[in-house]
Amino acid sequence: MSKDIKIKKGLDIKLVGEAEKSVEQAIISNFCTIRPEDFHSVIPKLVAKEGTTLKAGDVIFYDKSNEEVKFVSPVSGTVIEVLRGPKRRIDAVKIQADREQSYNDFGKFNMNSDAKTTKAHLLASGCWPFIKQRPYDVIANPEKSPKAIFISGYATAPLAADLDFVLQGKEAELQAAVSALSKLTEGQVHIGVGSRNSPLASMTDATIHNVSGPHPAGNVGTHINKIDPVNKGEVVWTVNAQDLVIIGELLMTGKLNAERVVALAGSSVKKPRYFKTRIGSEVATMVYDNGVEKDGNDRIISGNVLSGKQLKPDGSLGYYDNVISVIPEGDDYELFGWTKPVFNKISTSRALTFSWLTPKKKFALNTNTNGEHRAFVVTGSYEKVFPLDIYPMQILKACKYEDLDEMEALGMYEVAPEDFALTEFICVSKQPHQDIIRKGLDLMLKEIG
Amino acid sequence: MGLKSSLHNFKEKNKDKKWLPAFSAIHTFLFLPNETTHNGTHIKVADDLKRTMNTVIMAMVPCLIFGMFNAGYQHHLAFGDIQQATGGFFSSAFWTMDNFMVGFWKVIPLVIVSYGVGLAIEILFAMKNSHEVEEGYLVTGMLVPLIVPIDTPLWMLAVAVAFGVVIGKEVFGGTGMNILNPALTIRAFLFFAYPTWMSGDKVWVEGAVERDQMIAAGENLDAISGETILGSLAQNKEVGYEVMDMFYGLIPGSVGETSVLLILLAGLFLIFTKIGSWRIMLSSAIGALVMGLIFNGVVSSGWITESSKFYGLMSTEFWHHLLIGGFAFGTVFMATDPVTASQTNKGKWIYGFLIGFISIMIRVFNPAYPEGVMLAILLMNVFAPTIDHYVVQGNVKRRMKRLKVKTA
Repeated sequence: MSKDIKIKKGLDIKLVGEAEKSVEQAIISNFCTIRPEDFHSVIPKLVAKEGTTLKAGDVIFYDKSNEEVKFVSPVSGTVIEVLRGPKRRIDAVKIQADREQSYNDFGKFNMNSDAKTTKAHLLASGCWPFIKQRPYDVIANPEKSPKAIFISGYATAPLAADLDFVLQGKEAELQAAVSALSKLTEGQVHIGVGSRNSPLASMTDATIHNVSGPHPAGNVGTHINKIDPVNKGEVVWTVNAQDLVIIGELLMTGKLNAERVVALAGSSVKKPRYFKTRIGSEVATMVYDNGVEKDGNDRIISGNVLSGKQLKPDGSLGYYDNVISVIPEGDDYELFGWTKPVFNKISTSRALTFSWLTPKKKFALNTNTNGEHRAFVVTGSYEKVFPLDIYPMQILKACKYEDLDEMEALGMYEVAPEDFALTEFICVSKQPHQDIIRKGLDLMLKEIG
Repeated sequence: MGLKSSLHNFKEKNKDKKWLPAFSAIHTFLFLPNETTHNGTHIKVADDLKRTMNTVIMAMVPCLIFGMFNAGYQHHLAFGDIQQATGGFFSSAFWTMDNFMVGFWKVIPLVIVSYGVGLAIEILFAMKNSHEVEEGYLVTGMLVPLIVPIDTPLWMLAVAVAFGVVIGKEVFGGTGMNILNPALTIRAFLFFAYPTWMSGDKVWVEGAVERDQMIAAGENLDAISGETILGSLAQNKEVGYEVMDMFYGLIPGSVGETSVLLILLAGLFLIFTKIGSWRIMLSSAIGALVMGLIFNGVVSSGWITESSKFYGLMSTEFWHHLLIGGFAFGTVFMATDPVTASQTNKGKWIYGFLIGFISIMIRVFNPAYPEGVMLAILLMNVFAPTIDHYVVQGNVKRRMKRLKVKTA
């Protein structure tokens, strides 16, 4: 039973600096940094204190509210620093990597094991954090069983890494991971693919859906809404396609190999291309060689330009990210910028903005907000880029005035912040939609759970 | 860079001053600010609220200029200085410097007072609440001079603007929070506080009121009258204008409301730029036509005779209603105000339809004030949240049903 997903509402943001399809081995990063903030709502309980030596796959910390959920080191090395913020909150754990990597051996996994063993294996080996859940867009609660698992094999976000390309040749690992995951749900594993050439298109133990349309066609949130929306009390899980490879390799070899192919993209990059690197590696190992000017005024983002996280030049690749985007900062004034005709920026209106004349043009956008923050005024524009069966402005307002009943009624269980990236991008009032949704989800998680 | 960096330094130096919003309001008109995104989307579209509002103002400028010419034309025509212009919209007797200057000196003060008072209040509130000055008033300030009679005294306008901005908008929290359209709140205040200045046959022609006062003082002059078409119809009088005059706008009326041709072009421009809602404009026109047809039907089936006081307006051909009075202007520029209109697409259809429908109903049944579009829009402004509520409930119910099917 395959159900194709075809959406019309949305917007493809075409940017300069798409990564060329060639993979380079990144310089091996001396340090690996794990930031608990990548795991939303997890309060870490530190296991590996400063000075501890770790193998790849050894536990660094676990989730205080659920000790089973362990977070392991992607590299072997020594913990050299635990950075703390206010109230001794752990901001980052910095590990100095060994030259020769050694791995904690979890053993080759018997693929015929039952659900309970599979779950225990994934939890013990630190693969669990790769599995996220909706509602709330947080790491999956292992005690609840999901009604379905969703995987998107189609990336439509601007400058996203081409999943067909980065997953090439990984069919065996993908299949192992998909088969293992399929045991953990009573329902099905749904995989959305952009084309029949996708390495994921031939997976068994899963339902394959052909996806087409503008961004956010590739977002897993769109697939959930179109195939099997989350109702109150239900849970679905989502896994990034690339993380399946890590899970699959662990199952097949017993080693946690946190290697990942990452796209370096954006208009500030001289030669945008792909790198083979590790989770938590310093971005400096990738962005400067044939990439960005060292003293340039650029923004480095771990993730895509819509939902990624801003990094300092000494920052490191986020736990879930497979793109590093670099775009120019826009911290300059523009004379009469609010009224003059605009040709070099994207716009969804035609108010003396002319991007509608050049639908195929690729733009080099910077980080300027192009206007100041205002109250919600314009109506009807979000709906044009928002394919979910939800009223976007109404749910945003419900989050702002913290009406839990209304948030629930309007479909808060179904959404994640990234679903509101496009509405935030086109927002004339420059409201922080993703942040509003995140805070709304946090409130619900706290009050309803 | 001289100006750019000195303004920037000035802003940085006075960051914590109370009056900074006043400076920023001007600063941001010169330069698009240097603000950058933080986490969230790192890029943003080119449009902001200033650009959106400015597009609406651009659409209004032709109406404003036409209004100036028309004010002079109506003045000279009533005073017997010129003959009726023949040849419609492009008549050379209409587009004269003489006409323009009369209108110019009457309309520009209206614009200045409207913006001066309104923006001053906006800036005061912005400073008090320490937020930036929001752009909503840019459109309101331009709408106000276009929807009042040409001879409206400036002090009256100032009082009305102060009332409208404070009570209509700021008490709710400013742009984006108001329930009633501020421009119409101002217009409604004027209408109910100073009715003699807002209707009748004297106020629509520049100088007519003054002439009346001179006659009252005992001077031997002819009275000037310039009845609007709706005014004539309400009194079952003969209308002395051709349909094309109504379309082109060479008729008495509020400053900017008369030229349906220019309003139609402005409406198309707003739809093309995706700033105005075509749903509201279209459904409002449909609503008006339906109500007009109903009245025409009532007349043709003989329920109403010529002796009725409603006969004049009821028997007006249904599509003429789109051309006369402020209907076109209200539909294109005020019913479409996104803050006070319905916010859902389905809701917009209902909201627009009812505005058109009720406009014509009030127009016909209210003998005191023949124009209904103002009251219809204000009424529907109040109902817009209710309409949206029921539209959104449709979505909520679908979700509930899905849940029930699952658990059943």
